[in-house]
Amino acid sequence: MSGAALRCEGLTRHFGGLTAVGDVHLSLGVGELHAVIGPNGAGKSTLVNLLSGTLRPSAGRVMLEGADVTGWPAWRLAQAGIGRSFQRTNVLRDMSVFENVRLAAQARDFGMARWLRAAQREPAPIAAAHVALSRVGLRAEGIAGTLSHGELRLLEIAMALATRPRVLLLDEPLAGMGPEEGEHVAALLKELSRDHAVLLIEHDMDFVFAVADTLTVMVDGRVLEQGTPAQIRASAAVREAYLGHDV
Amino acid sequence: MDLSGLFAQVLNGLQYGLLLFLISSGLTLIFGVMGVINLAHGSMFMIGAYLAFVVAGWTGSLWLALPLAILGGIAMGAALEAGLFRRFYKREHLDQVLLTFALILLFEEARSALLGNDFHAVPVPAILDFSVPVTADFAYSAYRLAVLVVCLVVAAVMFLGIERTQLGAAVRAAAEKPEMVDLLGLDARRIHLVVFAIGTALAMLAGALAAPLHSVYPNMGDSFLIICFVVVVVGGVGSIAGAFWAALLIGLVDTLGKAYLPEVAGLAVYVLMAAVLLWRPSGLFARGA
Amino acid sequence: MRIASRSGHLLLILAALAVASMPWWASAYHMQLGSVALVSAMFALSLQLLIGGAGLVSLGHAGFFGVGAYAVYLLPSGLSILLTLPAAALLAALAALPIGALSLRTRGFFFLMVTLAFGQMLFFLFHDTPLGGGKDGVFITRPAFELFGMVFEVPRRQRPQVLLWFNLGLLVAMYAALVALMRTSFGHALQGIRANEERMRALGYDTTRLKLAAFVLAGGLAGVAGHMWAMIEAFVNPELLSWHRSAEALLMVLLGGIGTLHGPLIGAAAYVGIGEVATLLTERQRLVEGLVFLLVVLLLPKGLAGLGLRRPAAPKRAEVPAE
Repeated sequence: MSGAALRCEGLTRHFGGLTAVGDVHLSLGVGELHAVIGPNGAGKSTLVNLLSGTLRPSAGRVMLEGADVTGWPAWRLAQAGIGRSFQRTNVLRDMSVFENVRLAAQARDFGMARWLRAAQREPAPIAAAHVALSRVGLRAEGIAGTLSHGELRLLEIAMALATRPRVLLLDEPLAGMGPEEGEHVAALLKELSRDHAVLLIEHDMDFVFAVADTLTVMVDGRVLEQGTPAQIRASAAVREAYLGHDV
Repeated sequence: MDLSGLFAQVLNGLQYGLLLFLISSGLTLIFGVMGVINLAHGSMFMIGAYLAFVVAGWTGSLWLALPLAILGGIAMGAALEAGLFRRFYKREHLDQVLLTFALILLFEEARSALLGNDFHAVPVPAILDFSVPVTADFAYSAYRLAVLVVCLVVAAVMFLGIERTQLGAAVRAAAEKPEMVDLLGLDARRIHLVVFAIGTALAMLAGALAAPLHSVYPNMGDSFLIICFVVVVVGGVGSIAGAFWAALLIGLVDTLGKAYLPEVAGLAVYVLMAAVLLWRPSGLFARGA
Repeated sequence: MRIASRSGHLLLILAALAVASMPWWASAYHMQLGSVALVSAMFALSLQLLIGGAGLVSLGHAGFFGVGAYAVYLLPSGLSILLTLPAAALLAALAALPIGALSLRTRGFFFLMVTLAFGQMLFFLFHDTPLGGGKDGVFITRPAFELFGMVFEVPRRQRPQVLLWFNLGLLVAMYAALVALMRTSFGHALQGIRANEERMRALGYDTTRLKLAAFVLAGGLAGVAGHMWAMIEAFVNPELLSWHRSAEALLMVLLGGIGTLHGPLIGAAAYVGIGEVATLLTERQRLVEGLVFLLVVLLLPKGLAGLGLRRPAAPKRAEVPAE
């Protein structure tokens, strides 16, 4: 895939003697929903942290729309078009829902020339915040810390969305959600993947096989198998790794 | 520059650095384990020094002051931990700063009320009031040598205690990963009490040892406290080994600076700290640096 | 950062009017004390930009206050205050730039210790080197009240009231400017950093740069306060840079309440007032000061501003600075 929005080659991260992520190759394009699955400790969250710049890779390269962005700090990658959500809900809890999303939108092109404009009168971030909120189906009112768990997960996505990224890295957006909310998120992800390259980390196999276009199966920090849901289902290696699980 | 003079300054620097280590090790452990910033740690040093001054005045000798400083430090540390600090582990830094700054003011005021605001020299113990001939034309103060040795012994006991004993292992685990304490089912309260008591005792012992060398004077704790902050920053928080090497480094830089470049000596250690921050912001000996 | 409500601002305006009317009912001594409180409020306000604004607890802020004060000594005498005041702010901001750039490489406790150490470095710069006229301090010539080419000769007897009005005007301007600043995109971003810096970085904010801008600005404003202190006292000494002064400013901020811009004003007034009462009661001011510190941390973790003067809107929640 030459037109990949996000690609990594030989991505590796060691913690002391432990290899949390080893030699991972990935490629995803706009219009694609790619899911990374694997048991706990497979290195999925570390992978997201490497791709979003929260962690620096020990080896390997990360390419964003053809440009080498390896080792860039998180804020610069976010500026360049990588938006992410966190596995453990990570929002500005004391602030309003709207301010959370507005701040996310304001981050885009936040050069010094914009610093001194009155925040309540900057139309672009406000408009972008409303768009992001309505896209995930969240109301702007209220303090973030008072939202329900499911709403907080949506707020995470809205914040990532409001930075107007090309690539969305979503770390277990479903964690702790009920089945109805899950369906809502499934539809949302499908919809988002039309104009974004979406990388999804998820535990729920049924959900993943229902929404993902392509999959990567990770075990012990390494890629076990990559392919379409049908290919993964047919893979003997995956079957073996998930022994006892009905994949 | 004559060589024996340089040699003497190097010894002075090492001896000063070891004193700094005694103070900083408590500071860094208290940070590392409890996550509390204790500005009053310098006051413990000051109290130790004044204790030496008072005891030397009564008994005519410094000797009794050393065990008293250790025991008094343990008692003082335990009382402060149980009475005040325990409630502040989860509070904001700002609150901890103000609490401990208040303690500094109160300790200084108590010192001023009880002992006045004058400079006092504290005599070197008579038995050590001579010079040891090191080379043909160079002799070195026996008391300074003794301080050097005592500090080294204390440092060695500390390293052994931390490396070899069960409690030491618990403290080490707590300093490196405070959340480990709960996971391992350790008694956090006991660890906190012990760390605070030992840290305070070390600072008071350092004060008692330093009294004949530095005299005793108002606000003496402040200057030592701030230098010890530099030691902790350079060494890396929560790292005893880091505090040890950084203390020696700072002791040497400060002493040699004052001897050979007196105009800028006051700034030398801060320039060193700035360089470390540029090069390794989490300290020279920080884990994972 | 919370801004005072409408009725809160009304109270602030009444307080300002009371201060402005001091020449008609107060002694020269009390007007001078008023000026000291106003300058302390400026200093505490500049620190609040760091603490309440960006969640940065600095213990070296007095260094920039002192640089601003010493600027009056370092500049040629006889200049207009219109020159010396911006120059003092600029010098203090220039000192804050490298110190901030280095200190902001650290977080939390480290930041506290490093700012304290750099503050002490500035102290030694004026204490040990001939740059600042020695460790005992020096008398200075007050800059002239020369506005747009017109020199206003201030007779000795009227100086306290002129300084009082000038300081009041400056404080009002500083307060208004900071209220406006916290409403800008920059101010909102700072608040985001205070709430959750990691999240802000993941959203694309270069948080170090934003914090450095706040640090430099706060340093410059502390320099303004220091300059006005020198104007009041006509004397500067290294004690102006001592870390005790930084800690006092922290207390004023805490006394007034961390998350508000009017808090430091209340805190500074209360602090200067308490100090004044203490001198009347006892020789041992540090005892009173220490006890006040202790009581405030033990009993009033939200500060005096927590007792009223603010919007009831936001839900109660521990104000945790960004780690």
